[in-house]
Amino acid sequence: MRHPEDMTEIIPHSPQFRPAFWRGMRAFTPLVPGVVPFSMVAGIAAVQAGFTPAESIAFSLIGYAGSAQLIASQMVTSHAPTVLIVLSSLIVNLRFAMYSASLLPLFVGVPLPRRWLLAYGLTDQAYAVTMGRPVTEPSPAAYYAGAAALMWLTWQSGTAVGALVGAKIPSTWPLDFAVPLSFIALLVPVLQRRPQVFAAIVSAVVAVAAHGLPFRLNLILGAVCGVAVGQLMQRWQAKSV
Amino acid sequence: MNIWLLIVGVGLVSLCLRASFLVLLRGRQLPERVTSSLGLVPAAVLAALIAPELLYSSVTGTLDVLNPRLVIGLLAAAVAWRTRNVLWTLMVGLGLLLVAQGLGWR
Repeated sequence: MRHPEDMTEIIPHSPQFRPAFWRGMRAFTPLVPGVVPFSMVAGIAAVQAGFTPAESIAFSLIGYAGSAQLIASQMVTSHAPTVLIVLSSLIVNLRFAMYSASLLPLFVGVPLPRRWLLAYGLTDQAYAVTMGRPVTEPSPAAYYAGAAALMWLTWQSGTAVGALVGAKIPSTWPLDFAVPLSFIALLVPVLQRRPQVFAAIVSAVVAVAAHGLPFRLNLILGAVCGVAVGQLMQRWQAKSV
Repeated sequence: MNIWLLIVGVGLVSLCLRASFLVLLRGRQLPERVTSSLGLVPAAVLAALIAPELLYSSVTGTLDVLNPRLVIGLLAAAVAWRTRNVLWTLMVGLGLLLVAQGLGWR
């Protein structure tokens, strides 16, 4: 199974590992203020959906997927079956497969057990920081590990604080609105190209029109229609170039 | 009990997707069509999550294009566009919604 070049790059005590790990961590620091409120909202939303603070913290540690955590909390509130909640988390987390594919070339030489750990730490933010690394970075895997480690620490502290204070927040505060607001902050930056914009519009229209479906199936239906239209558009653009 | 099933289920699904190429399918390539649709997923999913929250009234549960959450959500989107900052987006959005509630606009 092993490639011959295994074992070289990401041995934690190798001289190259530490400086690259720190460089990744340092590159991640500007993202911390954006992650803190999002992670706190995830902790609060779970508690308000009926998770105990301990369950909310465990969800963050085991699931470690912001959008999926928020959707799960919402779906628990609307009494959706567990299978459907897990299916929705599969759909929102499909993007991780895309990141996983695109990071693969950076991980050549990393042994398998360590790959599992690095895969667990994969997030939108750590991915973005790693893809934006300086071209001269000699150890991208260690750089990624540093960015992912800081993301993990920030996220886990934020959700823990949110889970612990969430129970004390008066229910008259419209805090549920923090969830769509967090999604808006995530959506706006991904609307870079026309297929993405059209995918979003179609998906929004379908999700609103199908709002009457049970168990928030409108989410899945909307996303599938949106991706299909975006896909058609990409193909059409590719042909016309 | 169901909560723990949910936690483990979401955890497994997320880990397998993250590990998909890095560990499980090492070296294999997906067809171009699949990878290009993956790039559309975040935009589509997020829009489907947001739109009903903004367009359906949180009070009556009916479609209401004049409810404060739609107006404030669009303003928050403008803030997100300008600042690219989650904290600002949250503060402006929640602050405006509190003001709207205080003024009796629900």
